[in-house]
Formats: sequence, structure tokens, C-alpha cells
Amino acid sequence: MTTLKDQACIVGIGETEYYRKPGSGMSELKLMLQASQRAIADAGLKVSDIDGLMVPILGGTAEDFAANLGIENLRYAAQVNMGGAAPVASLQTAAMVVANGIADYVLVPAGWNGYSGVRAREITEADIEFQLGHTARDYYLPFGFNAPPQWYSVMARRHMHDYQTPPEALGAIAVACRKHAQFSEKAIMRGKPLTMEDYLASGWISEPYRLFDCSLETDGAAAVIVTTPERAKALTGHAPIYISGVAEGHPYPADDIINRPDMFTIGLTHAAPKAYEMAGIGPEDMDFAQIYDCFTFEVLQQIEEAGFCARGEGAGFVRDGAIELGGKLPINTHGGLLSEAHILGMTHITEAVRQLRHEAGDRQVEGARAGLVTGWGDFGDGSLAVLTRK
Amino acid sequence: MASETTTEGNYTKPLPRLKGMTGEWFGWLKKHELRFQKCTGCGHWRHVPRELCPECGSDGWEWARSSGKGKLYTWTTTYRPMHPSFTEVPFAQVVIEMEEGPRVLSHIVGTGVEELDFDMPVEVIFDDVTPEVTLAKFRKSGG
Ligand SMILES: [Zn+2]
Repeated sequence: MTTLKDQACIVGIGETEYYRKPGSGMSELKLMLQASQRAIADAGLKVSDIDGLMVPILGGTAEDFAANLGIENLRYAAQVNMGGAAPVASLQTAAMVVANGIADYVLVPAGWNGYSGVRAREITEADIEFQLGHTARDYYLPFGFNAPPQWYSVMARRHMHDYQTPPEALGAIAVACRKHAQFSEKAIMRGKPLTMEDYLASGWISEPYRLFDCSLETDGAAAVIVTTPERAKALTGHAPIYISGVAEGHPYPADDIINRPDMFTIGLTHAAPKAYEMAGIGPEDMDFAQIYDCFTFEVLQQIEEAGFCARGEGAGFVRDGAIELGGKLPINTHGGLLSEAHILGMTHITEAVRQLRHEAGDRQVEGARAGLVTGWGDFGDGSLAVLTRK
Repeated sequence: MASETTTEGNYTKPLPRLKGMTGEWFGWLKKHELRFQKCTGCGHWRHVPRELCPECGSDGWEWARSSGKGKLYTWTTTYRPMHPSFTEVPFAQVVIEMEEGPRVLSHIVGTGVEELDFDMPVEVIFDDVTPEVTLAKFRKSGG
């Protein structure tokens, strides 16, 4: 049987600065171009080496990227339409592309003006239809059920009921991410520590979500470069980071978050075992996990569905600093979407690569050799990559 | 009944598009009947409307009338406005599990957000928000 295991490596990472008020002052495309140039330089490549592109979910077309960067011979371009699950799922497609010789160096960018551009509360009917489909447009929007904290908090509330998950479990995730952000030079919440008391005192956004359950609307971009192991070994700047296992998964039905036979079975439920099987290692082998943290409960849910503990046992898993640096499973070592910046999940990948290169500075997980990255998008699309160094 | 019921021209909230099977579903609501697709092949009730039965693959279905009774499965209470036409916070968006199985996203009328509870019995009411559109909402029932 053929496998994608270790058939592709991440060899370049790049990020912009992260902006809140008054915004980046750049277009979303410009932000992504800047991150792409940095990723190409980080890899030790030239623009002319890039011949594949994973088109981001918003902000620019394949033509935009090629024309602006100067990619004269683009041999492959495709888009994975999975919202925040797209960056990690795009690693899967990029790995397929390089493993089969369709292209040699695939650029995977993502970014947005999530702060200064169109924000959730200003979303239009057309946006809802385009991103989420007609169920959201015709059956949710007439009731004002149009924003991510609302969609996901109905799951959170039911989980808190079914499994007696306390608010402190969500708070532990907010506190861990904030703690880690203190070690990230670019984190928006650097210098602003958060205690459990602060968390519990924060106001409701969409109950049971409080202010500090919600990620940071951010302007910024990040990008990575994927190539074959042979080509990666020829690049001597950094240790090549292997895509050892990768998978995407879709909830059922994907377009209707409330009509699922089991509300807690999400895309990741299907993706995680597949990625572990490919990698030949499991959750117990991970030195860290970068888990898509649009909201705190989604982290708890993904910890469960990715197999770090049984469903319903997430609250016990995250307590007592277990998910903080120095704990048994440090999560979101850069601060995550909650406390560093919300770059659609791409910075979870760049951070995982930085950790595995052993270039994470004050927040380095000592001796990290294997870690995972998840993506979460739309109504629970999921993706998971197991990354390793040899 | 519902405070959101308004006269023609005043209703500013987003409305569904009355096309295809969605138009048919809302057409029944306009007649103050809550109906769902029920598969004529296997009897499976489904919502939202789909072309095929996901259980048996049949393309045969009828608009079967619901009892209108259900219970509160879960909900969120919006405190921070997230849409320009839904600014009167707090308000709850509820997921109602109907007796027949399908779940519906809606609003509860006449019960404060603090009084909501899991499995609270509810029954449908019909809110004629415009001359063309009626929304299915719910109120607490005797249970
Ligand atoms: Zn059927």
C-alpha cells in the first residue's frame, strides 16, 4: 500500500507582524505575499523554485500570488475549502503533490485582516451563503445565529451538561495559552497575564463563552513551504520537518451543526486515527500539540477527539498545568489564536516547525521530536498533521 | 404574542429565501403548519430539506406534519450583538429537538434566558414576521 508517511517535509516558515488597532494598513494579499517571501527566504530558496501553490480560503487567487511573487512557471494550484481547517488539510494536498512529482516546492500561505477587515459581526448574507452554505443562510441567519461563538457555544453548553465540564476547564485553556504568549515576542497578549480569576470574571459574549474564551481578531499572515525529503536534505539552513501523518475529516452533516446524530463527532474524530495510523505513532508519543483554538471549548473537544483522553474527560486532562509548558502535553506553545494572534491556524504549523527545529527560544519544549497540529473550520471540519524530526 | 411580530415594512431582520424546498418548508409555516420531510421509503424524518433520504437513498418523501412538540436540546445566550439587526441582548438561540427527531434552530418566546433548562418541553408557535414569511418559534409548554 502506498502511504504519504514521511513523503514530504516543511522546509520554510514565514510570518508577518500581528496587528490589532489600527490594523495592518496592508491588503490581505500583501500580508500573505510578505509572509510568503519570508518563508521562501527561510527555506533558502528562490521564488523561481516555487512551482506549486495551495490557494488560501480568502485574500488572493493563484493568479494573484504568481503574478506578484514572480512565479513564472506555476505547475499546480488548488484550494482546500475548509475554513480554519484548511492550512493543515493543505499540508496533506501539498504532500500528495510533491510526493507524486506534480510540483517540487509548494507554497502554502494564509492570512487576513481579521481585525480591521470584515469581522464576524459584520458578516453579510452572501458571506454566510458562500462560506457555510444555504442551511446557515436560510435556517440560522433569520434567528441571528450567524457568528462562530454562537455556533460553537451550543456544543459547549451541551458538553458541560452531558459531562459536567466546569467553566474552569475552559479557563485552564485560556490561562495556558496566555501564559505561553508571554514567551512569544510577537504575541498580542504579551505583557498581559491572565489568571483563572480574571477568566471567570470576564463578561459573557455568547454564554457559555466569556470574553476570554474567544480568540483574537488579528491582521496578519503566515506561510510554509513543502517539498520532498530529498530536496529538503539539500537545504542546509534548518532541520527538515517531516509530515509523518496527515488527514482531514468532515462532520456529518457538515452544513448543519445542530442536526448531527452525535453532536460531538466532528471532522477530527475521523481524521485523527487516520493520521496516527499513517505516522505509526499516537497521541501518547506527542511532545506538544498545537490545537486550533478559535474558542476554548474547541480545544477541549479536540483534545478528546484527537484521543488524548476519552470523550467527557477533557476537564480532568487540562487541569493542574498539564497543558502548559513543563506539563505532560504543552499546547499552543506560541499562545495560539487565543493569546498570540489569529492567523487562521497557519501559525500553529509555523510554531510546530519552530519547536521541532529546536528554534523556539524561551518556550522550547526540550528535545521535541514529534508534535501534532490540528485545524478546525466552519461547522467542525477537521484536520490533523503529525510532524516529526529525524 | 411575540414582541418581534411587526407590521409590514418594519421588520429589518434577515429573512430566508423562499426558493425550492426551502420555499416549500416556509410555505407550510405560512399556513401555520410545521412539517418536515418524511421518507416514503423508510419513514425517516429529516430537516433541513434534502433531495435524498440519507438513511435509505430514496428520493420519495412527503411533507409530514409534526406534532409541534419538542424539548430544549441546547442553547446559547447572545450577550454581545453579532449582527446589526439583532441588537436587543441578551437573547437566546435555542436548539429544539422535535418529537419526530429533527432539530430546529429557533427562538423561545415568553421565557427569560435565565429560566431555560435542558429538556424543557416546548411547543411551536407561528410568528408572521412579514406578509410572506412566518418563522417557527417556540414557547414553554405544560409538559
Ligand atoms: Zn429513507
